[in-house]
Amino acid sequence: MITKQRPPVIQVQNLVKRFGNFIANDNLNFDVAQGEIFGFLGANGAGKTTAIKILCGLMTPTSGQISVAGFDVYRQTDQIKKQIGYMSQKFSMYEDLTVKENFQFYGGIYGLSNIVIRERTAEMLDKLQMSGIKNKTLNEIPLGWKQKLAFSVAMIHRPLIVFLDEPTGGVDPITRRQFWEMIYEAANNGITVFVTTHYMDEAEYCERVSIMVDGRIEALDTPKNLREQQGVSSMNEVFIKLARKQNLNNG
Amino acid sequence: MRTILFILQKEFRQIFRDRTMLPIILVVPMVQLLILSYTATFELKNTRLAIIDQDHSVSSRSLNRKFEGSPFFSMVDGLITYDEGMEMLKRSKADQILVIESDLDYHIGRSEKAGLLLVTNAINGSAASLMNAYALAIINDFGKEVQKEMYPNLPKVMPIHIEVRHWYNPQLDYKTYMVPGILVLLVTLIGMFLSGMNIVKEKEFGTIEQINVTPIKKYQFMIGKLLPFWFIAMFELLFGLGFAALVFNIHIVGSLPLLLGVASVYLLVVLGFGLLVSTITETMQQAMFVSWFFLVIFILMSGLFTPAESMPDWAQWLNRINPIAYFIQINRMIMLKGSSFSDFADQFYALVVYAFVIFSLAVWRYRKVA
Repeated sequence: MITKQRPPVIQVQNLVKRFGNFIANDNLNFDVAQGEIFGFLGANGAGKTTAIKILCGLMTPTSGQISVAGFDVYRQTDQIKKQIGYMSQKFSMYEDLTVKENFQFYGGIYGLSNIVIRERTAEMLDKLQMSGIKNKTLNEIPLGWKQKLAFSVAMIHRPLIVFLDEPTGGVDPITRRQFWEMIYEAANNGITVFVTTHYMDEAEYCERVSIMVDGRIEALDTPKNLREQQGVSSMNEVFIKLARKQNLNNG
Repeated sequence: MRTILFILQKEFRQIFRDRTMLPIILVVPMVQLLILSYTATFELKNTRLAIIDQDHSVSSRSLNRKFEGSPFFSMVDGLITYDEGMEMLKRSKADQILVIESDLDYHIGRSEKAGLLLVTNAINGSAASLMNAYALAIINDFGKEVQKEMYPNLPKVMPIHIEVRHWYNPQLDYKTYMVPGILVLLVTLIGMFLSGMNIVKEKEFGTIEQINVTPIKKYQFMIGKLLPFWFIAMFELLFGLGFAALVFNIHIVGSLPLLLGVASVYLLVVLGFGLLVSTITETMQQAMFVSWFFLVIFILMSGLFTPAESMPDWAQWLNRINPIAYFIQINRMIMLKGSSFSDFADQFYALVVYAFVIFSLAVWRYRKVA
């Protein structure tokens, strides 16, 4: 297994998160290795976003041992936050600031020097071929472009791990493809990518995929192994089979 | 420190890029000062008076002329009966009717007691008593003249002579009273409204989530969010003071640094309120309604329009938690009377305590929810 060769950067043991009587995360166990592209799949309300929020230090778990980048999620959220990048499913850069100003602001609050901010901004915009629009405000730019910019902003401080919560929602197929190229490049540079998605074709691009159903991890393996275990030919079928099994159990 | 500067830079960029913002900062104060100062007045001019003269005598005409000559009354002519007068009152064509019955001259001629009937629309009680006071002053004057004619030998000098002097606002100009209060309103609106809305906007647009995953400290975020509005509100106060001096010729009598010092503490209360509102709301619409709820109560009870001293006891007690009331009081004292710190030390300390309590509460709530 590839995971054995690289050190884990995310370690989750017995993660439980309760909201009153509702159990959003029911005893989750997984490790994510450095530089891995880890896919997090599940229907709406399966508990993906709750898990991501806990890993990012935005929410405290009810119980379990969880460490991210070697830091504990109960006590060391500030250290964790320095090591991670995050892109939420809701587009969240400032629409009334220009591209350059958004980079400058986020670079600044991560404590980068002005020179570094300027260099990285130029470098990343160059790579995106968006240098020409650096002085446009975000509300003048199409959504697909904005998503790529948001990914770059989440990477401006060169984090160890980047969390992408449904990054390609509402984006056209060409832009999605370009987006995944960016993800591969990040992983090649040793950055761990933790990504949630609805698109099953995207699940095929991940090294390993965990499938959440009703707060539990139903399956966790490489896409190839998952397809073989379930005896089907696509991730789509894997997902439907696992989700349906759960529904039958409940019914 | 550098983090805060980055936040401030971002905030000022956003504030001044907003096309509605500059008008709000510059035009709103001028409009409020101009409109409210001229219109929010209890001075009575042009009371519409219908005199129903059923006597048509020398005496009644003399009384008529006295009212016609007064700047406070404008006459509603041509009414003959009491019922006609009441009809005009009912249809709001007249504010007051004076009925002179047909025996006025007869009684005066015989040196007997004569009567008049004065009917006033008293829907607005304080306006009614003012109208009555003006009308009675004229009638008394008339009465004295009649008396003089009847008893020419009466001593000319009244036993007690009263000299009245009006201090601090010698022209009894209502604007002088209103302007300091309106300046407080301006500062309050900027501080409470804009600051609270600004934070909730980040919640509503989802940008706060992106901020929350950065290592930014909550205190850095709060300072970065509130400080711009502290500056803008202080600017607003200075701008308003300059405007009042130029347009209304109302110059601050007391010390400007003292006023700015009090204002800076008062703004902590107001910004704390804005922050608190932002922690209990999710959208700008909610924030607006919650802010307005408190603002309307605070403003109406503050003594801006009506003297707080004449409110019922429970209202005066409630006013102890009304920051606007404190600052209006202090601002009027500094601007109009030139009061020094010791004159309003109690109110000032109340504001300090208030600032401390509300800010702690807001910060505590903020840490818990955001």
